[in-house]
Amino acid sequence: MSEDAIESRPNEEQLLYAKILEIGMFVGLGLLLVTFFLYVSGIVAPAVPVEELPKYWEMSVHDYLEATNHDYVHREHAITGWSWLSVLGKGDYLNFLGIALLSGVTVVCYLGIVPTLIKKRDLVFAAISLMEVVILTLAASGILSVGH
Amino acid sequence: MSDSTEQPMPTIASTPATTGQVLIDPGTAEGPQRLRVLPAVIRLAVLLFVIMLLNPTEVHACQEAAVAADTSMTSWWVWPLVLFLITFVMGILAALGGVGGGVLFVPIVSGFFPFHLDFVRGCGLLVALSGALAAGPGFLKMNLASLRLAMPVALIASTCAIIGAMIGLALPTNVVQTALGATILGIVALMMAAKKSEFPEVAEADRLSSALKIYGVYTEASLGRAIDWKVHRTVYGLLLFIIIGVMAGMFGLGAGWANVPVLNLVMGAPLKISVATSKFLLSITDTSAAWIYVNNGAVIPMMVVPSLVGIMLGSFIGVRILRVAKPAFVRKMVIGLLLFAGAKAITKGLDLPFIV
Repeated sequence: MSEDAIESRPNEEQLLYAKILEIGMFVGLGLLLVTFFLYVSGIVAPAVPVEELPKYWEMSVHDYLEATNHDYVHREHAITGWSWLSVLGKGDYLNFLGIALLSGVTVVCYLGIVPTLIKKRDLVFAAISLMEVVILTLAASGILSVGH
Repeated sequence: MSDSTEQPMPTIASTPATTGQVLIDPGTAEGPQRLRVLPAVIRLAVLLFVIMLLNPTEVHACQEAAVAADTSMTSWWVWPLVLFLITFVMGILAALGGVGGGVLFVPIVSGFFPFHLDFVRGCGLLVALSGALAAGPGFLKMNLASLRLAMPVALIASTCAIIGAMIGLALPTNVVQTALGATILGIVALMMAAKKSEFPEVAEADRLSSALKIYGVYTEASLGRAIDWKVHRTVYGLLLFIIIGVMAGMFGLGAGWANVPVLNLVMGAPLKISVATSKFLLSITDTSAAWIYVNNGAVIPMMVVPSLVGIMLGSFIGVRILRVAKPAFVRKMVIGLLLFAGAKAITKGLDLPFIV
């Protein structure tokens, strides 16, 4: 067994991963709470008025996107993928900043440990890390869209 | 959120309260007076929860009122508030019952709330993800979650979770709802039947796990000594994570309920390593599936934030009342709730009457 494995302390890359994950988690949750407050308090006006939401959340996601786009957002295409970035001035879409950060921190963690793994000549796990980055980036890219 | 079968928890005080498996340290108990009022608060919360679930006509009346064209000025906040209260109780029950919040969240909220199943699954994944993110760093630092064990598993599970999420969003809602109900009933059977092994016997590590150096040592506080661990049947374990990943993405349930038995019983990782690694694993698996829901627009912040805060606060309280509660009773109650929610999901999916 390697020296890492025979110690009960976590190895270098595990501690680094934990550190990045912890920072990302706190920042993401904090951002989510702040943006939600700005949204519900009305400080930042939403695209879809909060009092109208109950009319839409019963619909399937496809119908919801079509209806809210037709009634309030008025874009050529409904807001999917990363197009929420273009409506960050609206309170409801502002919340996606925190959601994206929470969903994206894992990619940063994996990228963060790659140099350490390469330095230790742990090339198999460096390759696994990079493959995971590709998978998560593909998921995050918005290329993989589906519908009913 | 990790949705695992009942687990004895590691006892580390500094671990963050999470929506899934929870860690407690009886040695850090706060004043008993504060604890004395908690059960009363919890009873009240559970009562509200049960009333909501057992009185669907009231729920429907609220729903109709909310959906009515002339929505009142204040009606919009009713559902997020109820969602917050219900998820708060769910968080308590999840902590006490040894399951993750996600496995309660999706069937109950999709069965008894007006939100479409698409949004409930997206929300369930984000709730589970947040719980895993909150617990992950602590588990990794304590060396209870093993990065080397998690990484190959996560690669398979997260890839398959993407496929599961895409299938779930593409299939007709009634099909997914029915399959969800059947899965929940399967989880109930698993919870009742699955055995656990604190220190599984692994005579010899298999070649794959040896090549990947998947082994380690952790300090078992209850025994006061270091425990060496290794795994076997790695290929079988990895194959099972294909199914687990698809189901996690498809139903938005998290997957701790399946992760732990596979890591512990199939691969032979010690129970504490399995529980902690499973929890950490969800931060990767649920991330990939959550992106599919986010990118397809299946996320409504008005649902996500109250649910996330409610279930995390509930878990936080649940960890503390675990000292005065009777977990066996609560666990039976959780199983009962899952049976109820599973049956409701099936009848809703098949458009059959559901009589309480």
